[in-house]
Amino acid sequence: MSWFKREKKITTPAEGKREIPDGSWLKCEACGEIVHVKQMQAASYTCTHCGASFRIGSSEYLSLLLDKGSFSERDRKMRSTDPLRFVDTKRYADRIKTTIEKTGLYDAVRTGMGKIDGRTVSIAVMDFAFIGGSMGSVVGEKIARAIDRALKHRCPLIIVSMSGGARMMEGAYSLMQMAKTSARLTLLHAAGIPYISIMLDPTTGGVTASYAMLGDINIAEPRALIGFAGPRVIRQTIGHDLPEGFQRAEFLLEKGFVDMVVPRREMRKTVSQLLKLLAE
Amino acid sequence: MAKTVLDFEKPIAELEKKIAEMRAVMQDLQIGDEIAALEKRIEELRRSVYANLTRWQKVQIARHPDRPYTLDYIPRVFTDFIEMHGDRHYADDKAIVGGFAQLEGRTVMVIGHQKGRDTKSNLYRNFGMPNPEGYRKALRLMETAAKFHKPVITLIDTPGAYPGLEAEERGQAEAIARNLFVMSQLPTPIIVAIIGEGASGGALGIGVGDRILMMEYTWYSVIAPESCSSILWRSWDFKEQAAEALRLTAPDLLEQGIIDRIIPEPPGGAHRDHDEAARILKSVLVEELEALVRIKPDQLVKQRIKKFAAMGTVEE
Repeated sequence: MSWFKREKKITTPAEGKREIPDGSWLKCEACGEIVHVKQMQAASYTCTHCGASFRIGSSEYLSLLLDKGSFSERDRKMRSTDPLRFVDTKRYADRIKTTIEKTGLYDAVRTGMGKIDGRTVSIAVMDFAFIGGSMGSVVGEKIARAIDRALKHRCPLIIVSMSGGARMMEGAYSLMQMAKTSARLTLLHAAGIPYISIMLDPTTGGVTASYAMLGDINIAEPRALIGFAGPRVIRQTIGHDLPEGFQRAEFLLEKGFVDMVVPRREMRKTVSQLLKLLAE
Repeated sequence: MAKTVLDFEKPIAELEKKIAEMRAVMQDLQIGDEIAALEKRIEELRRSVYANLTRWQKVQIARHPDRPYTLDYIPRVFTDFIEMHGDRHYADDKAIVGGFAQLEGRTVMVIGHQKGRDTKSNLYRNFGMPNPEGYRKALRLMETAAKFHKPVITLIDTPGAYPGLEAEERGQAEAIARNLFVMSQLPTPIIVAIIGEGASGGALGIGVGDRILMMEYTWYSVIAPESCSSILWRSWDFKEQAAEALRLTAPDLLEQGIIDRIIPEPPGGAHRDHDEAARILKSVLVEELEALVRIKPDQLVKQRIKKFAAMGTVEE
């Protein structure tokens, strides 16, 4: 109605948005409704109106998936050595330090053993809060060890991915984590041990192009962005806008790259049922 | 003489031009000594320029438009090459070529990225950027090789896997992931040689092997310097710094323990002398393959998985 137009859309910086404050209201980015945090938490961190998933951390996802108190974490304090002494606008070493202080995480994945309805699993859950969930040497090594534990205990492996891809600040080392983790998965395959890959929003780049796509069963959350190249890069390449729903979970289901799209509220039940089917 | 001259090659090219001019008038004058002196200066200049290249300059040489590509090396290194086509699912990707050939009388499967040399051939080759069907063709050829107990040699030279709409639809990520998975277990020797650009997953998609070699003026990393600059510096202007920070040259990767060996290039780079570059590449491939064919396939696979498992450093 007004004769002056806003030139640019208002953009809110992404920082700080990931932390969900207690006892306040939140706006759902999918439907625009205002939801209460407590209600959203009770609904497995989904919108009480439209069911869309809020971005959550590894701790929240572990608590959603695993039997209460069953998680025993491994290699919690494993951290990057900054092998290239990488410096961009700031030193990678400082970036790691401040991210550790800010998030309480030591890198972008948490791994360990846990139980789902009493069944033992080796589990890895990535965390977007740590440098965009990027994969460097630590993520690669922790994933490799999670695979080793699945082999040792002959129990299923579950990896929950949420990542912007390989971590630039570790150069070729990051790239090699794709080969390292994929190679290790072949051992699980040969041993006949199931691997369930769960992909959250977003899962892109080197993580998608390695272990995330290699599950015996690939599961995605509704609307999760999953792909190799990011939408911005593709838009630049082809020179026009991308179709609605491109690279979303439902698109991948349609194209045949995930077995199922499972709402977060039903994730635990679905995984538990799969584990039962595979075990009995 | 090279058709394209990079910035830091200019002083050399200028001297070469001078010699050519002098040669043209040589019939009339006795200036042979002068030419010999100039040629000596060129040699020294080239040596000093090439001994002090920055990482960004090496990236530029790796992309030199006159640099030999896979289909330039194949007839110079191998005999009896027969190209095979198609992934048997969707299409034949022109950005990856491959087929059976012989290396010093031994049948191998040779697979490599292929760039074009002019606009038309670059469009045909998609600038050496494969779609999923390229990786799936490569996979099919590798499995065919393994079936007949033939070693695999891959030549890497790509600015990256194609970031297009159809590439995503057909599962670029899945295609690359599948190759990493299957190559890790392929029961036949695999030699990987980076002959130009080794950009990220697009390179690694045919890059899992028992021996990883890099030609002297090539790069291999998780991202191209320009893209790294645009993401971390939020500007395209920091490519030189990004190249330094990424430590992406052959000596860097040898030091990082990611590659096994550097293949020397003729003075002034492979683009100066395709035949000599191919001769050196061939001698290294023959030597490496000789050692690998003595190892039993199951032992090879075990070593290969262990090799990649050791890559990376962590603090506990």
